[in-house]
Amino acid sequence: MALSVDSALYRWQRLGAESPSQTLSESTPLLFSVRDRPKLNLNKWRIVFPNNGRQWKDWKQASAFYSGNRIQTTKYTWFTFLPQNLFEQFHRLGNLYFFFLVVLNWFPQVEVFHREIAMLPLIVVLLASMSKDAIEDYRKYRFDKTINFSKTRVYDKEERAYVEKCWKDVRVGDFVQLQCNETIPADILLLYSSDQNGICHLETANLDGETNLKQRQVVMGFSSQNTLFEPEFFQNTIICEMPNNDLNKFKGYMEQPNHERIGFNIESLLLRGCTIRNTEAAIGIVIYAGHETKAMLNNSGPRYKRSKIERRMNTDIFLCVGLLFVMCLVGAVGHGIWTGNFSEHPPYDVPDENGNFLSPVLAGFYMFLTMIILLQLVKLGQVFLIHNDIDLYDEEADLPIQCRALNITEDLGQIQYIFSDKTGTLTENKMVFRRCTVDGIEFSHQENARRLETHKELDLDDEDFAKLQHFTLPPMNIERPATYKQRTMRPLRRCQSARAHFQGHTRNRSLGRCDSNQSQVAFSSTIEKDVTPDSRLLRHVREAALQTENLSPFVHMKTSTSLTDFFLALAICNTVLVSTATEPRQRVTVPPPIKPSGITLEKIHQIFQRLKLASLSQSFSSSQSSSDLGTSFSAKNTEGHLAALDCCDNDDCCASGRGDELQGKGSTDIGSASLDEVFKSVTNSSLPTDFCYEAESPDEAALVYAAQAYSFTLVSRTPEQVTVRLPQGTLLTFDILYTLGFDSVRKRMSVVVRHPLTKEIVVYTKGADSVIMDLLEDSAKADISAKKRMKRIKEKTQKHLDYYARDGLRTLCIAKKVLNEDDFQKWANFRREAEAAIDNRDELLMETAQHLETKLTLLGATGIEDRLQDRVPDTIAALREAGIQIWVLTGDKQETAVNIAYSCKLLNQRDTVFTINTENKETCESVLNLTLEEVRKNYEVEKPRRKIFGIIPTSFSASEAPSPEFGLVIDGRTLNVIFQGGLEEKFLALTKHCRSVLCCRSTPLQKSMVVKLVRRQLKVMTLSIGDGANDVSMIQAADVGIGISGQEGMQAVMASDFAISRFKHLKKLLLVHGHWCYARLAKMVIYFFYKNVNYVSLLFWYQFFCGFSGSTMIDYWQMIFFNLFFTSMPPLLFGVLDRDFSAETLLGLPELYKNGQNSEIYKLSTFIITMLDAFYQSLICFFVPYLMYEDSDIDVFSFGNPINTISLLTILLHQALEMKTWTVFHVVTMTGSVVFYLVFSLIYNAACVVCNPPTNPYWIMEKQLSDPTFYLLCLITPVIALLPRFFIFALRGTFGPSVILKAQQLDKLPKGQQDLEIQKLRSGKQTTSGASVASPASNDDLDQNISHLCVSPFLHPVAAAVSHGDTEGQGLSASEVNALRKRTPEGGYYFFNRWAEEEGTATGSSAGPFSGHYPLVPSRVTTPGQDGGKLTKDSAKNFNHGSHRRSVSAVTL
Amino acid sequence: MKNKTSSPPREGEARPSRCPDNSAFKQQKLPAWKPQLTIATVLSSFFLTGAFCLSVGVCLILSTNSVREIQIDYSDKCSDCSKLRENSSNWNKECHCSVNFMLKEDILGDVFMYYGLQNFYQNHRRYVISRSDAQLLGRNVNIQKSYCAPFTTYRNGTPMAPCGAIANSMFNDTIDLFYNLKSSVIQVPLLKTGNSWWTDKNVKFRNPKSYNLSSAFAGTARPPYWQKPVYLLDEEDERNNGYINDDFIIWMRVSAFATFRNLYRRVSRIRQFADGLPAGNYTFRISYNFPVTKFKGRKYVILSTVVWSGGSNPFLGIAYVVSGTAATLTGFVITAIHLKLRKKKAYFQK
Repeated sequence: MALSVDSALYRWQRLGAESPSQTLSESTPLLFSVRDRPKLNLNKWRIVFPNNGRQWKDWKQASAFYSGNRIQTTKYTWFTFLPQNLFEQFHRLGNLYFFFLVVLNWFPQVEVFHREIAMLPLIVVLLASMSKDAIEDYRKYRFDKTINFSKTRVYDKEERAYVEKCWKDVRVGDFVQLQCNETIPADILLLYSSDQNGICHLETANLDGETNLKQRQVVMGFSSQNTLFEPEFFQNTIICEMPNNDLNKFKGYMEQPNHERIGFNIESLLLRGCTIRNTEAAIGIVIYAGHETKAMLNNSGPRYKRSKIERRMNTDIFLCVGLLFVMCLVGAVGHGIWTGNFSEHPPYDVPDENGNFLSPVLAGFYMFLTMIILLQLVKLGQVFLIHNDIDLYDEEADLPIQCRALNITEDLGQIQYIFSDKTGTLTENKMVFRRCTVDGIEFSHQENARRLETHKELDLDDEDFAKLQHFTLPPMNIERPATYKQRTMRPLRRCQSARAHFQGHTRNRSLGRCDSNQSQVAFSSTIEKDVTPDSRLLRHVREAALQTENLSPFVHMKTSTSLTDFFLALAICNTVLVSTATEPRQRVTVPPPIKPSGITLEKIHQIFQRLKLASLSQSFSSSQSSSDLGTSFSAKNTEGHLAALDCCDNDDCCASGRGDELQGKGSTDIGSASLDEVFKSVTNSSLPTDFCYEAESPDEAALVYAAQAYSFTLVSRTPEQVTVRLPQGTLLTFDILYTLGFDSVRKRMSVVVRHPLTKEIVVYTKGADSVIMDLLEDSAKADISAKKRMKRIKEKTQKHLDYYARDGLRTLCIAKKVLNEDDFQKWANFRREAEAAIDNRDELLMETAQHLETKLTLLGATGIEDRLQDRVPDTIAALREAGIQIWVLTGDKQETAVNIAYSCKLLNQRDTVFTINTENKETCESVLNLTLEEVRKNYEVEKPRRKIFGIIPTSFSASEAPSPEFGLVIDGRTLNVIFQGGLEEKFLALTKHCRSVLCCRSTPLQKSMVVKLVRRQLKVMTLSIGDGANDVSMIQAADVGIGISGQEGMQAVMASDFAISRFKHLKKLLLVHGHWCYARLAKMVIYFFYKNVNYVSLLFWYQFFCGFSGSTMIDYWQMIFFNLFFTSMPPLLFGVLDRDFSAETLLGLPELYKNGQNSEIYKLSTFIITMLDAFYQSLICFFVPYLMYEDSDIDVFSFGNPINTISLLTILLHQALEMKTWTVFHVVTMTGSVVFYLVFSLIYNAACVVCNPPTNPYWIMEKQLSDPTFYLLCLITPVIALLPRFFIFALRGTFGPSVILKAQQLDKLPKGQQDLEIQKLRSGKQTTSGASVASPASNDDLDQNISHLCVSPFLHPVAAAVSHGDTEGQGLSASEVNALRKRTPEGGYYFFNRWAEEEGTATGSSAGPFSGHYPLVPSRVTTPGQDGGKLTKDSAKNFNHGSHRRSVSAVTL
Repeated sequence: MKNKTSSPPREGEARPSRCPDNSAFKQQKLPAWKPQLTIATVLSSFFLTGAFCLSVGVCLILSTNSVREIQIDYSDKCSDCSKLRENSSNWNKECHCSVNFMLKEDILGDVFMYYGLQNFYQNHRRYVISRSDAQLLGRNVNIQKSYCAPFTTYRNGTPMAPCGAIANSMFNDTIDLFYNLKSSVIQVPLLKTGNSWWTDKNVKFRNPKSYNLSSAFAGTARPPYWQKPVYLLDEEDERNNGYINDDFIIWMRVSAFATFRNLYRRVSRIRQFADGLPAGNYTFRISYNFPVTKFKGRKYVILSTVVWSGGSNPFLGIAYVVSGTAATLTGFVITAIHLKLRKKKAYFQK
């Protein structure tokens, strides 16, 4: 970490020496041998020559290798459609199987069906999906065409001007001129922007759904900025990386004719599909075109997932194919035996044309074909219904649920493990500034907390809210105008946000200015924006402000400086973009130079008058130093113009209004005299308008708003400058020298600015406390008092941070560092080199950043609340009741995660929580072993008790009784150890006993590894839910990925199978839709198997009576139609609409979900039972008519016809038995199927005399319908066939599992009563389970006062154990703990203790944060006393390393 | 990602809310009947089914009991003839035999005479298809393309009429029935028409159109096993000749099982047979042409009456009675379980 300047320098020089030599050898052949060039280089680098007159030749040669800009997203062309589509369709097992049958049928030896007829079902199915594909593809084709033919302006070297060209004609190397609101046709390197600073704004909504604007910068150091860009003079060669799909990385350099190189990165690349905003014109050179653009490379298309049922089904299809094979075999053998009976061929054994006698093998059994296509249809229907569920619709975002995967709906009903992200998933990801600590002094922001409370209650009731503000915060009325403005704006925003979300799916949106006006302003709910300042802190700030005014600015006076610095850091150290509320897309970038246009002299006069008055009053009230006055005045001057400019930018007439407004305010202000008032008026008047901040992460916005609340208002930001208004009204403009962006490795960001007054170079850093605390300045250098002070501050701040984390707040540390000019220059050189490097540039950048961010001075820390989403605890409780294990995988720190886990009831107060933090493999292993042993011990104690209760057949038996609940908290490092050390099995064994598992500080990769581990090893169904880009891998790793379309862009949604907008929707999605979809589909699949086996066996039984010759007694058409039409609609409808329980019941009794989890409907046993039933039924359907017609003059088809009818009736009635709900649709399709069958048969049998040789069922149906025995037969056979099933159903329906029975009964009740009953059931269950464990306390009651609350969690282990033993009867006995201790001599951190959550933390308003009962002294204070002697080096190292990391309440062994 | 590229560009038109319709269908709240298997419905359904089946079954059994049937196996009784027929070279030698039997009581009502064949697999896959319906409809078709092979044409190219294995193997015994009344022998008048389905006779089978039958079948030859051409099947009755010969039509309706009977004649109810067949001694005179020994078959001649519920097969009635009994018993079983459990514990909530 402590890399000295010199060693870094050396490394730099080395790298610098290496990289050119490398690249030279690769890139310079360009200049030497023209011939070798493309081959040598194009494999590794992309070389782009400009397409202008001078380098035309080079361009032509190079661009031949690059793809053009024409895109083709279609899968097929006219010629390839048929073969390719067929090829794809035959990837489906079923289709292939049928194709095989059809092919077999073409051989006369085994021909069973009429060849053409045999092909028909396959052809129908193939055609159906083919036409679907074709339509889809055609749509894509049309869309491609519109894209390819959209126009853009491209430089033409002959005309020496920009001419309109189609997108498809754009080539790599072309110069493209883009105007505001145009969509970018290819990946373009930005060379010129009409913006003064060379900035071009982009909206990437089409790419990632984020609507906030991104800045792109003209290639740094590229000279031709201020003059208009002239393509003809552009002679540079661009060398950059090969096309790849990483949207966030791009590097390359530009080689000028004099071999000078200019590096550039993603900041200069305009990506295809984005839209130019707020920039009049931009010119760039095309780097990647067409399919090589990053956007297109990212366009990988939807994944094909196969659901669990489908996987099951495939194996069962194999079973059935096996069955068919057996049938065929029986047929073949039977036929052999049969022919063996005859000495010569009987007259009915007809030889073929050549006189050969054939042995038919194939019995022509058609199965499953319709099943496959019907399953697709059913899933579509299910998706449609899920999509239309109004309960899953988020009003605020105007977003219904999006089902992106069409074929895994039923998996929703089988989820066993949920892996959830925390931020943005469980929580709102709407950051609210809650507390801060500056210089070791904590400011609790009581008012703010209260406001948040009331805010929750009032639920955005505007009127009351405004009143309340007015009422409670009279001194804070600075806020009021702002509030007012926000209030008026809010409805507008609501509708904007409604619009904005779907933009991820649109393209080519031509948004005019008024349109962009409506676009969403990110992170701008009232909650976040209003920060009610802490009165104490506000006073401090004002004092500080006065002091700084009195004394020369920013010269010492410790607290005030650090206060000012703290807020400055909050305001500056970010990447927030400022825009004005009236015109959100119009960035306030520069305090612009005076532009006289569009504003009348009179207005200017007015403004100036107003400003003079204001500054006068200010100087009157606070004796301002002249220099300061000067700055303040000039600043205000510009400010005023800013306002004016803003007005004229918007609209001319607006300006007059604004002027009047200012005028009015000014006049009122003059009258007032009090300092406060003047102060306020100054602030107000110089407020040009309400600022909107658009930040990449909501934390940043929250901090900026917090700073604003203390009148440190961020006024504008450009890459070069940032302007902040101070409380006294002065505007300070800082030159930004560098911005070191946030990344997850460093966990911090910094800005390097030059202070406008002191000209000091200051580094402001903000980041995770764990990182910042390590980087603080060694106190050794400073003098002793300062050292002590620093140490004290550090300790105090750490204490506060601990406290914040306990409170569930997100903490950030703010620090600064003052650099001297030399050091900075040195560093800046490295940095520049790093930026220009191509090879391992990222590492270099990281290194430079780390180099700078050392020896920081701590300013303070902030606590930001991430509010829990609506109804999260409720949802989690329900899901858990449904038997789903919930894991939280988060990148957040342990304390925050644990607290959130408590507050969302993921962990219970009474749970035993194990925490494993270690970096050592042996420690980890032994800890795992011990914990496992412990858990098992508890588990065994619990077991016999359970059994006793299990016997009693109460409705909700004690099998539901809570076993000892364990929680496991593990962090990313430990996970690493587990993965690398092969401890996965132990880990999983442990987690199996744990009620919930929290993985903190885990990287995206670890998240996905955990998911994969659980999924593979435990063979369970997993679901991942997350909202951010860091959850993508996890979402993709799980069986079902759910994205939350929330605050953090669209990546998660893009990767997901389902996208919901709130976590609470998961409850209905899983418990209701999941259950339904699973139950429907499982039953349907089972039914299909039944149906096919039933029907096919009918044909099989006949083989025994026709000499195994493979003849059928049913006409082919009727046989084919039977599956295709007569019996397909009811199951289809069943699969879409059946509801075994109502939604209310399912939500009320989550345990019904277990049905699907255990795959109870569709598993091997049910499959076999169904198969047996199918055989039985087909036996009945065949042999009853057989015995009836035996020895009679019945002919083949007259015999087959009643069988067909009977089996139709049986199959439909079977379906009717399965159906739990009968709606009009059901009745209609049921009767419709029968009627359709009869009508079709009648018509077919009457109309067709010879149309279908060689079979001829002419007049059979008519004849039979006039025969009374036919009716009698059709009546009795289904009854016999279904009697056993009905009997079992009747038994199950009346004496079956009580939960299901009860639930069914519940369903019948009227609404109100139903709720009541559910309540009763649940409470009953609670008491039984409570009684069975004999726990003294009822389950999850947060408010309850448990006696051990006041016991410090850092007790001596024995004491802790004893206390637990006393209170809970579940804890460890002292001896056990001792034993444990002996067994872990290396003393790894082995925490296990009950988390004793202080009830006072949430409501500790009155007592303040440190009112006694908060044992913040971390465990390390007690530990060394106990175990310090035993600590080995290893653990000591751990200890040091984790010194700033608070060990959670724990017993250390 | 796909839908991003595939959705057409939308202009900034005012978008309606994406809120789903709150309709009963889309919210899956359609009014629905949820049949529930309560003890009452279960028991009543079992008992009702049982009662219904029992009553229908009894009726059926009663009605089939009134059927009179007599079946005579003549394959052994004409052993000489069957031996003769074993050698196919004797195909044109005539062979007659007679079988005597006695009716102990009158057979009243319509009496049907069937011939029965055992072990003759008319339902064999290749046998079933071996016909040309178009030819039988009197159309001039190229039977080479039909399924008749190998019974399509002779070597010299003369097509067979009718073609195919079914027609070729037509049952060609002639059976006459004589009533021995006090040493005088009276031939029982038998009807040879009206035995086939009306639609078969009038729609499905047509002779080729010509001024007379023999010219209509000119250029064709009889099937190899036949003794005479198709237009001589019934020389007495023009409307029972050629393809529309009743015996031929009935034979062409291939039977569903290997053991079957086909309607051969009906007793014409005139004179002393007006009420049916009176009791007494009868003789069948059989012209034995159809060989069965090759396939270990047997031949029967059957006299039977019919009732509304079919022939003499009592199975349907038995099935009804059995299933009725089963349903009733099941009902009792369920009642028993129910009563027992209710006594034990209040498992069942009303």
